[in-house]
Amino acid sequence: MNIKDSGACATCPAHNVANLKKLGVNMESADFVIALAGNPNTGKSTVFNALTGLRQHTGNWPGKTVIRAEGGFVYGDHHYKIVDLPGTYSLLSTSADEEIARNFILFGKPDVTVIVVDASRLERNLNLALQVLEITDRAVLCLNLMDEARRNRLDIDVRLLAKELGIPVVPTAARQNEGIPDLLAAIRQVATGEFVCRPHRIESTSKNLRLALDQLVARLEVAFPGLTNSRWVALRLLEGDARIVEAVQTGELAGLVEPDQA
Amino acid sequence: METPNNRQHILDEASTLRWEIGENLHDTLLESIYQDAARVSDRVVTRVGEKPRFDWDRTLDRVLTSRWLGFPLMLVMLTVVFWVTISGANVPSGLLAELLIDTFHPGLKALASNAGLPWWLDGLLIDGVYLAMAWVISVMLPPMAIFFPLFTLLEDFGYLPRVAFNLDSIFRRAGAHGKQALSMAMGFGCNAAGVIAARVIDSPRERLIAIITNNFALCNGRWPTQILIATIFIGALAPPALAGLVSAGAVVAIALLGILLTFAISWALSRTMLRGEVSAFSLELPPYRPPRILRTLYTSLIDRTIFVLWRAVVFAVPAGAFIWLIGNIKISQMSIAEHAIGFLDPFSLFIGLNGVILLAYIIAIPANEIVIPTILMLTVLSARMTGIGEGSGVMFELDDLAATMNIFNAGGWTLLTAINLMLFSLIHNPCSTTIYTIYKETGSVKWTLVSSLLPVVMGLGVCFLVAQLWRILG
Repeated sequence: MNIKDSGACATCPAHNVANLKKLGVNMESADFVIALAGNPNTGKSTVFNALTGLRQHTGNWPGKTVIRAEGGFVYGDHHYKIVDLPGTYSLLSTSADEEIARNFILFGKPDVTVIVVDASRLERNLNLALQVLEITDRAVLCLNLMDEARRNRLDIDVRLLAKELGIPVVPTAARQNEGIPDLLAAIRQVATGEFVCRPHRIESTSKNLRLALDQLVARLEVAFPGLTNSRWVALRLLEGDARIVEAVQTGELAGLVEPDQA
Repeated sequence: METPNNRQHILDEASTLRWEIGENLHDTLLESIYQDAARVSDRVVTRVGEKPRFDWDRTLDRVLTSRWLGFPLMLVMLTVVFWVTISGANVPSGLLAELLIDTFHPGLKALASNAGLPWWLDGLLIDGVYLAMAWVISVMLPPMAIFFPLFTLLEDFGYLPRVAFNLDSIFRRAGAHGKQALSMAMGFGCNAAGVIAARVIDSPRERLIAIITNNFALCNGRWPTQILIATIFIGALAPPALAGLVSAGAVVAIALLGILLTFAISWALSRTMLRGEVSAFSLELPPYRPPRILRTLYTSLIDRTIFVLWRAVVFAVPAGAFIWLIGNIKISQMSIAEHAIGFLDPFSLFIGLNGVILLAYIIAIPANEIVIPTILMLTVLSARMTGIGEGSGVMFELDDLAATMNIFNAGGWTLLTAINLMLFSLIHNPCSTTIYTIYKETGSVKWTLVSSLLPVVMGLGVCFLVAQLWRILG
């Protein structure tokens, strides 16, 4: 899995892969932490390998990664640490793998969460993407398996999708190393704050729920000023999510507030 | 500002509100998510032109997961994979043995005696440790280097989820989770990995069932045993032209028995110790993808073959030293190994095994991979054979199957011993790594004990039954 860095492209500044240095498991002194989230079998591990130069075993079956894998790379002037989370269909239930993914996105405070989705099964994959966007507002959508989408004669309006979701969307085919340079650029822009995401938030259909949420969010924002995902926390509290209840009880939630906003 | 009091307030309010909203919050929420996702994807995705007229994926799925063809095809594929492994591994195994054991070993011995090493150090290091490693490498490397890439190719192609799909209904009828098929498939590689893979199962009850029964998936540490014994004893029953296929069939039969036991034990557990409802889940059948052959070869060699081989070597080093020691430390004229074998023999012979096999399984708790070398060495030791190997306590390789057969004959082996060894290799306690993994995953001493002891007791029971039947019928 070698990035094609030969020919005229490599010397062109637009070809960002020339600036990519794969560090394998060496993640010391990372400037930014990147989380890779996504449905099972969307190629997260393949993206992970393309970025780190590691060769984590990839397999064509859902649920291959059940533990976190970590690696590192240097891109431009920054060191990145990247964490491959278990693939899950949602972040709402309580299986061990979903909790690992959820807790990392929430408590691990990644600088960027890259949501890897299967372009040929966009609707189903967006369910998870929307849930991730409830938790974090620093995300990049990696529209992977574009080759399969093309094979299925699907055309995806990438710009419109980015507008709808409020985050950068990068079409890739990681197995062929297609789009990885653009993905790196998008990751850098979000990590450095050059691109400010305005993530899509789920609109609730139930009026009762909306009112309850508004009330709780107001409370949360008083207790934890600067909390960026108060709506999601409120939702989890309403659902009685034990881990989040604990985070409120112990005040751990306060630690999630961005320092410059506190 | 944030105070403990304040926080408790929020939680109280949340509980009150929860009652007001009612029970269906979760469903309402899911519905909103689904609606939003559908709306966004409707806007951005368009289909250009017609769908390709011939849909490969669907056609393949219709065959591979069909009610009638699904299972036979699975069997055929498994048999072919084993057959290629068995017939392909023979020659390289022999070459490796010739190099590592017939050439390097005498060379090392000569070097040692020139250097004036004391006999015990030379024995411990060269006859114990070195030979143990050499044996493990020559026996395990070739089959693994063939089997793992083949298996990985099937995996990369997308066949494993279809296996899960085929097995799903049986698992449900057994009261277990359909995804257990995935952790079981993982267990065919390594049980410790299979136990970790059970994390994909949400319900703790079904996850425990998956963890306890994972041991019945024949892990790669046990294939060499199965393959060797099947080749020597079962393959020999058939005419030479068919021997390879018959041996492969025997190994497949043992693997299938493992799958059957997985169902049976899951069924029994879900009706006794782990009662409960079967939970529903959706399994996505991923598209078939053309496997990238070179990359697959590379990763399966690095991630699986070398990984497993390294583990075997690491465990073979202390085991080799240990076996040499118990073979050479004598108490009242007999080595410790002979005492132990004599002690285990009456019971073992009664259940159709022998003391050597049981002792080997005790020594090999850290790694199933070293069972066969240990058995061979102990057999020579206890049968007091001369002229084979390098004296007492030496693990050796016999590249010639007939020579291996001679040793087994001298040790009083029969076809029953061979069949029972294959059965016991399938049904016995997990290796120590797996036991530790089970403890880490369940955090419970009780379930760790259940998972470790249940299979040994069953294995001894099965061997006993087979031995009785054999004696009645034979």
